[in-house]
Amino acid sequence: MSPTAPLGALGRAVLAVLALFGRVTLFAVDAIGHIFRPPFYPREFGLALLNVGWLSLPVVGLTAIFTGGALALQIYSGGARFNAEAVVPQIVAIGMVRELGPVLVGLMIAARVTSSIAAEIATMKVTEQIDALVTLSTHPMKYLVAPRVLAALLTVPALVAVGDVIGIAGGYVVAVERLGFNPATYLKNTVDFLEMRDIVSSLVKGAAFGTIAAVMGCYFGMQSGRGAQGVGRATKGSVEAAAVLILAANFLLTGLFFSL
Amino acid sequence: MITLENVNKSFSDNAVLRGVSLYVPKGSSMVIIGGSGTGKSVALKCILGLVTPDSGRILVDGRDATQGDRDAFLARFGMLFQGGALFDSLPVWQNVAFRLLRGALARPRGEAREIAIEKLRRVGLTPDVADRFPAELSGGMQKRVGLARAIAAEPEIIFFDEPTTGLDPIMAGVINDLIREIVTEMGATAVTITHDMSSVRAIADTVAMLHGGKIRWTGPVSQLDTSGDPYVEQFVHGRAEGPIEAVR
Repeated sequence: MSPTAPLGALGRAVLAVLALFGRVTLFAVDAIGHIFRPPFYPREFGLALLNVGWLSLPVVGLTAIFTGGALALQIYSGGARFNAEAVVPQIVAIGMVRELGPVLVGLMIAARVTSSIAAEIATMKVTEQIDALVTLSTHPMKYLVAPRVLAALLTVPALVAVGDVIGIAGGYVVAVERLGFNPATYLKNTVDFLEMRDIVSSLVKGAAFGTIAAVMGCYFGMQSGRGAQGVGRATKGSVEAAAVLILAANFLLTGLFFSL
Repeated sequence: MITLENVNKSFSDNAVLRGVSLYVPKGSSMVIIGGSGTGKSVALKCILGLVTPDSGRILVDGRDATQGDRDAFLARFGMLFQGGALFDSLPVWQNVAFRLLRGALARPRGEAREIAIEKLRRVGLTPDVADRFPAELSGGMQKRVGLARAIAAEPEIIFFDEPTTGLDPIMAGVINDLIREIVTEMGATAVTITHDMSSVRAIADTVAMLHGGKIRWTGPVSQLDTSGDPYVEQFVHGRAEGPIEAVR
């Protein structure tokens, strides 16, 4: 083996990742362009709203409530090391709204919605349903992709808001029932401490993560290989890519909002 | 009506079509035969623009198929896919009336449903099937629904991709007869790809054999048994021995 072979392999891997990134970006731009250009498919959009938004509420709520409760316990026990137990409401609020709410909702959407979109579209591809759409004069980007991306763009911020509130409520229940906090003081401290910037950052992150989740599901579904193995690979790849991109986007957006 | 001129298509290093030239006259029913993996489906998909040829020209009514209004071009076609390709998320009637519920051919919902039920009846299905979902139907019923969808907007050109694959001989006969009747009564131009010889004899006016990425033989169905072409003879009689390798 040539001594430069590992370097060559590394170069090819980097180029492959950059090429994938370029293809996904072009796909995302195309998908967003189709949101604004007719024809529109309101039925598909309504179904996507239901699937991405309404049906994700239980998993988002459960994730948020347990996280908020655990966060309150952690902050209380950690704060006790330097007599700062009283900061539980403020830190739970800021932790949920700025970070844990958007990130956990984003990851749950990646698990639930990205996988479902990728599997559905990939199955449609391998069973020639996408070809059938084209022969019926229906653009797959408009019929399948645009409604899902728009639904995720609009509903995931709402899910994040719900997750933030439920997470804070989880922290409140634990703090009041188990840690002996005064209910009124806890709520006052939570409300007083949060700034509009925290809430805006949470919602913007939700919109970005929702878009990433839907675009990844659609992209990997449309690029699926043949057969059950192709559908499996598309689904796995979509969730991996969505999760990593959500965490990377979270880092960038956090820097954008809070490093100034 | 449909002309393919020296069409080539490769996937990576696999040259599937190597200069396919073919003419399908208006109002005729052509059947393209050939072994599995010889590029029959790719040829059809090239005509529809689902697959882009590497080179060559495809003309429909003398006009380049890749130029002009794509929606108007596709509105002239109906296609029955090999596996049906019915949309799982829609009930049967909405599958059949898909084209009539949206786009340039959109009709009021009630009218579209009536047309769908009429087309279902035409392919031998009762109206109670209309509100079922594709997954609740047998393979033969799915093919019939696919056929109803292909003819719902009364297209000028209909493609049938392996219409009898996976069906029992009786159901295959029913589908073959339906295709022949429908194509005749609509006056449509039909292209069918199959390797089922009973389909060929029931559906075809003319037959073309695709082998090695090229059209080996073409002629009227009446001359199929006397073609004199060793490839066609081997295929028609299903012989393992002959110029076509049994293991490809």
